[in-house]
Amino acid sequence: MAAGTATKFPPQGIAAAAMAPNVIEVDRLSKRFGDFSAVEEVSFAVREGEVFAFLGPNGAGKSTTINMLCTLSRPSSGAVRVAGFDVVARPKAVRRHIGLVFQETTLDDQLTAQENLRFHAVLYRVPRDQVDGRIARVLDLVELSDRRYDLVSEFSGGMARRLEIARALLHVPKVLFLDEPTIGLDPQTRALMWEDVLRLREEAGVTVFLTTHYMDEAEYADRIAIIDHGKIVALDTPMALKAAIGADTVDLQTADDAAAVAALGREGYRLESGADGVRVFVADGEAAVAPLIASVGVPVRHVHVHRPTLDDVFLHFTGREIRETTQGEGVSMRARAMHSRRR
Amino acid sequence: MEASTPRLSATLSEGPDTVLSAEVRTAGMVWLRELIRFERTRTRILTGLIQPVLFLFVLGYGLNGLVGSTAGFDFKQFMFPGIVAMSVVTTAIFSAVSIVWDREFGFLREMLVAPTSRASLALGKTAGGATVATVQGSIMLVLAPLIGVTLTPLLIVEVIGIELLMAVALTAFGVFVASRIEKMESFQVVMQLLLFPMLFLSGALFPLNGLPGWLQALTHLNPLTYAVAPLRQVVFSAQDMPAAARQRFPASVELFGHTLSVGTELAIVAAFAAVFLVLAVRGFSRTD
Repeated sequence: MAAGTATKFPPQGIAAAAMAPNVIEVDRLSKRFGDFSAVEEVSFAVREGEVFAFLGPNGAGKSTTINMLCTLSRPSSGAVRVAGFDVVARPKAVRRHIGLVFQETTLDDQLTAQENLRFHAVLYRVPRDQVDGRIARVLDLVELSDRRYDLVSEFSGGMARRLEIARALLHVPKVLFLDEPTIGLDPQTRALMWEDVLRLREEAGVTVFLTTHYMDEAEYADRIAIIDHGKIVALDTPMALKAAIGADTVDLQTADDAAAVAALGREGYRLESGADGVRVFVADGEAAVAPLIASVGVPVRHVHVHRPTLDDVFLHFTGREIRETTQGEGVSMRARAMHSRRR
Repeated sequence: MEASTPRLSATLSEGPDTVLSAEVRTAGMVWLRELIRFERTRTRILTGLIQPVLFLFVLGYGLNGLVGSTAGFDFKQFMFPGIVAMSVVTTAIFSAVSIVWDREFGFLREMLVAPTSRASLALGKTAGGATVATVQGSIMLVLAPLIGVTLTPLLIVEVIGIELLMAVALTAFGVFVASRIEKMESFQVVMQLLLFPMLFLSGALFPLNGLPGWLQALTHLNPLTYAVAPLRQVVFSAQDMPAAARQRFPASVELFGHTLSVGTELAIVAAFAAVFLVLAVRGFSRTD
């Protein structure tokens, strides 16, 4: 997605956010259900204007955490401040300053887009004289202005989700919480939705806190927290996370691997050899290929350069691939949603 | 107009709204939503008419042959106020069902997470359901000339007033039940177990004076009994009914040997309504 890469690090992104005050502060937050610890001593802070992603497999504690941040679930221990208010002491103040988009849709499909937004505006106390202007503004942001008077039952899944994002922005929240915002959407709609989210950050200056189990989505975030078994196992920018797990690798298959290992070892390369070739660890994989081939001394049959991806990062920190744990999730999540919509 | 707000994050200026007026606005919005949805589902209005009309014509004409008429007054005319009540009650209860639907389709969550008082939501929902039920019950009045029931402007006003009180009590009751129920199926079961006995033991469809003692005791516990009776009393008082017919088709409720006045009956309904409203607000406050 062109727009995605173009806006990935906008001027007011990380650099500006580093100066910005914290809008979410989480201190040793825990949630226990009986003997089971769903979230354990989690601490982090999100700065104003950041896009912050919680990445983790199903059941890692993402939704439990986001629910506590949104005042929908009470922490067992620890403290959370959102937009300057304590979530336990001032839940209504917190809710007035956040926008929520849940995994399941919460629109009334027998009402029009405009009626859904008006309902929300009244419940969130948008001053009477500003309601119309706000509705026009948020519909414009998600490019649904021409559907203002249409019934939501005529909307596609992607349009309904965008309308929910618009609705969540109606009362000018400081933080927009998106719980698995793209679940159940096709790839094209997901891309469109991300354009929306990134544009919101730029135009509206809103902080975005989201949970996802899609690696490619986490890439859009300014910072990612990887959560596993209720604990944050890593937290940094996508680039720093990738850098942290090590350098690029170059895999070589040669006519004589033993000779290659010996030759490269003499040159001081860090490497390991296995059944399917020699793996060399270098700072810049592409730049290293030519010198490697020159010094290996035996004919090279195959070269493969690999840069760390978020998948590798995830594997490194959790010891497993996210795909294994979330296989068929699309189906099971929907099934779960059908069974208990209220969760 | 959008150009004047270049940044979305420009904070909303606080309006002159007090907390109370914000809560009233919230209740009003929930009420308005019920009306919009009612107006938009014309089929529901029609199907809501079918059952009472069926009862009125099938049961009314069917039993008419058995009961016969007294001094020109017959069973259909006796049943008519009861059928109006039945229409109000079923609409009120099924308006409350929409909470279970809202839960099923997620919209309930949109309401529950809003920074607003749950009481406003419950009261708005009750007001909306009660309004819809009163409208639906009043539509039944167009059948009056067909049945031979005379309508006067005063009578129409009285009927609508009683309908409204009854609708508030029943919708509040339905909201309370719905707030404690998570699945559509269980609500249907609970309502079938409650709605029909309540209707049959309210005097809406037949006089209660012939019932055995234990069933009569039940009718006295039934809030509907005290709503059907005044409705019938005001309708009868507008009719040209000979004494023999009044004897044959009693309208009022007797409690511990006393015949209750319309005022007392309405006070009892109001008391039930107050209790159910408290239960509805509490039920809604606890739901999640």
